[in-house]
Amino acid sequence: MNILRVANLSKAYGGVHAVREVSFSLAAGELLALIGPNGAGKTTCFNMLNGQIAADGGSAEFEGRSLIGLKPRQIWRLGVGRTFQITATFASMSVRENVQTALLNYHGRLNSVLALAERLYVDEAMELLARVGIAEQAARPCAVLAYGDLKRVELAIALANRPRLLLMDEPTAGMAPAERVALMGLTAELARASNIAVLFTEHDMDVVFAHADRILVLNRGRLIAEGKPAEVRANREVQEVYLGTGSLFSGAAHA
Amino acid sequence: MSLSAQFIQLLNGLASASSLFLVAAGLSLIFGVTRIVNFAHGSLYMLGIYTAYSLVNVFGGGMLGFWGGVLCAGIVVGLFGAIVERLLLRRLYHAPELLQLLATFALVLIVRDFALWIWGPEDLLGPRAPGLGGAVAIAGREFPQYDLFLIALGPVVLLLLWLLLTRTRWGTLVRAATEDREMAGALGVNQAWLFTSVFALGAFLAGLGGAVQIPREPAVLTMDLTILSDVFVVVVVGGMGSIPGAFLAAVLIGVIKAFCIGIGNVSLLGIDFSFSKLTLVIEFIVMAVVLVFRPWGLLGRQQGIPRGAAAVEPPLHLPSRGMFMALVAALALLALLPLVSDRYTLVLLTDILVFALFAVSLHFIMGPAGMHSFGHAAYFGLGAYAAALLLKHAVPMELALALAPLGGGIAALLFGWFCVRLSGVYLAMLTLAFAQIAWSVVYQWDAFTGGSNGLVGIWPAPWLSSGNAFYYLTLVLCAAAILLLWRIVYTPFGYALRAGRDSPLRADAIGIDVRRQQWLGFALAGVFAGLAGALHAFSKGSISPDTLAIPRSVDGLVMVLMGGIQTLTGAVAGAAVFTWLQDVITRQTEFWRAVLGGIILLLVLAFPQGIAGFIRERWEARAGKNRA
Repeated sequence: MNILRVANLSKAYGGVHAVREVSFSLAAGELLALIGPNGAGKTTCFNMLNGQIAADGGSAEFEGRSLIGLKPRQIWRLGVGRTFQITATFASMSVRENVQTALLNYHGRLNSVLALAERLYVDEAMELLARVGIAEQAARPCAVLAYGDLKRVELAIALANRPRLLLMDEPTAGMAPAERVALMGLTAELARASNIAVLFTEHDMDVVFAHADRILVLNRGRLIAEGKPAEVRANREVQEVYLGTGSLFSGAAHA
Repeated sequence: MSLSAQFIQLLNGLASASSLFLVAAGLSLIFGVTRIVNFAHGSLYMLGIYTAYSLVNVFGGGMLGFWGGVLCAGIVVGLFGAIVERLLLRRLYHAPELLQLLATFALVLIVRDFALWIWGPEDLLGPRAPGLGGAVAIAGREFPQYDLFLIALGPVVLLLLWLLLTRTRWGTLVRAATEDREMAGALGVNQAWLFTSVFALGAFLAGLGGAVQIPREPAVLTMDLTILSDVFVVVVVGGMGSIPGAFLAAVLIGVIKAFCIGIGNVSLLGIDFSFSKLTLVIEFIVMAVVLVFRPWGLLGRQQGIPRGAAAVEPPLHLPSRGMFMALVAALALLALLPLVSDRYTLVLLTDILVFALFAVSLHFIMGPAGMHSFGHAAYFGLGAYAAALLLKHAVPMELALALAPLGGGIAALLFGWFCVRLSGVYLAMLTLAFAQIAWSVVYQWDAFTGGSNGLVGIWPAPWLSSGNAFYYLTLVLCAAAILLLWRIVYTPFGYALRAGRDSPLRADAIGIDVRRQQWLGFALAGVFAGLAGALHAFSKGSISPDTLAIPRSVDGLVMVLMGGIQTLTGAVAGAAVFTWLQDVITRQTEFWRAVLGGIILLLVLAFPQGIAGFIRERWEARAGKNRA
């Protein structure tokens, strides 16, 4: 069943059409990668779905409800989790408190001025941290964590509202190669276990071809190819777009 | 107003805009490059006018003596600025930005007393400018020649600054550092030299701006803060770091002010309205309007976030058992003190308790919520006035005290709605603007608030007037309120505020409405400041507009920063030390400001993390050693 349907999504900056009439859909439990060369419109497309940029035209529906015009926090409330290209966590809080803060809002307790936040939803937070493999770091402040671990904290925070859709912008950017595949492997595992749909943008073709169920290729704002990794790899237009960078083909050699 | 009168008002406005622009351009330059909000900029202006007065007296009032004196005054102030930068500010560039503010405020206090010591308390009016002492006939009226010179001065300085910034290597470096200080440093720009020279130029402009005023305006000791708020407004309206913006804003505000004076009293639909009274606030109203529609000022751009400069707030732990015991012991001590202390000490202790609550309420929005308010006294003062006015309208004292905090809360709810739309320096300036508007309404509404005389006879109910009863009431209410505010920091509401401060992006992505949380936090702090104000009113028996004036807001800032913004207990320690010091020093010497300023400077240099922060650091170091 498709939980995200995007049709004719468009955005122009002045005369530049950053995204033109992009349409696709995403099913529960599916990992969909959004790739394309620099300036192809990946981030614009992504930010229209998470509420940071207002779309000029087209539609985007999550479980039948339109995402267009909603603010990021309203989209979160519908059941969408997200991670950032450059990690955004609460540096003055411990790893566990970061997840607890998200849980507090999920359970509607954010305006309480009586209870001690530190003692609320401890078990639930620890369980989420265990799922992403950083339970032993729970008490450390986020400010001192290694970058790869911060990415995991973000994933745990993103899972706090039991999302049916995860939006991940460059989930492995800034990480060591071995860690990248491990993090995306973990994401894929979690997504399949909980039937979560994942839409991610990614530069690293090893990660894309190893874990994506389906791939969308953008170039100059247009969707030029869509399909299973093997189909996309065989697509002539995609090969032309990536010609000279070699990244797609080196990825293919590994797969 | 006739057409010719309008034209004269326009010229008046332009004449006063020039001096304002000179001072504002200096502040803007300094902020652009060093990111220091120089509270002492008004003091540099004041030094300029006093120095020019003395130099012109020494050189004689001839052509060379007058103009030479004015120019030399600017140069002297410029040199003073360079010395201040090298000896003091240089040591603070890596300290949190608010600490630099505190240091420049200490300079305000020191310069004020220095001027008092050298020039005395009388107003000093300089001689007329030779050759420009007369008047010319414009549109059938007499217009001073000197004002025509001032009108020309502004655009000339703007042109010179523009040439300096765009046509010289030094100017290129200044623009590069304003755009991206770290990158300029990475490219090998000698920052130490650049900062000193920019500070010297900024100080020179401020000094010159003051010096050219000597034929028009007497030198008075309070002009440092008066011009400072004017200049802040100009810089913020124009856009921080933008010189043409400062010019535009200075002209805009100068002209609007002149017209308000020119229009005078107007009767509209049977209601008398005084435009000349409006001059006290008009610039702040302009600023509030501009900031709501253009949050970065008319010609400003959003500031780049300085990399690595923003200190990461340390994690907040629940107080340990030891802390609890210390707290209980402190409260027990405060409860037992009346048995052994005299009347005077109790009055001082009452003040300390009231200001501790005031400082804690300010810390609540500055620390956990990350909103730096320069106008917190508004809520303190409005709480005090609410209590006094309720009492005057036959409300029983107990009920007046209970309702008064709402005065602070409602004002904070109203002003806060605008403030939370901004951040950083702009937010700070808008809070200052609202405080000034509140002050001016209270100051001018004679019939309701008693105007500049304030209200008297605000005494507590009879059962609270005897012996130590009021002290105990203050102790119970302040302690309970402070503990409650501290508690809230640890509750989900407090976590939401910290989340919005740490990462607005992430907070939004987990469904937190950051603005709404900040708004509620701001209003809550207003309620508690209002309670402190109400207690203050009843403890003194009278109130005046000073209760909500800018110096009171600055006192609050100093208390929070002295104590250390990163610890919860800091605000209490800061309030206690500050209130006690002020009391002790004012009894010892006429020059208490300078002494206080000196102490603040020493504290800033010795304990950049504040008093409570320093104690905690020692404590943790010792605990670490014991464990090892």
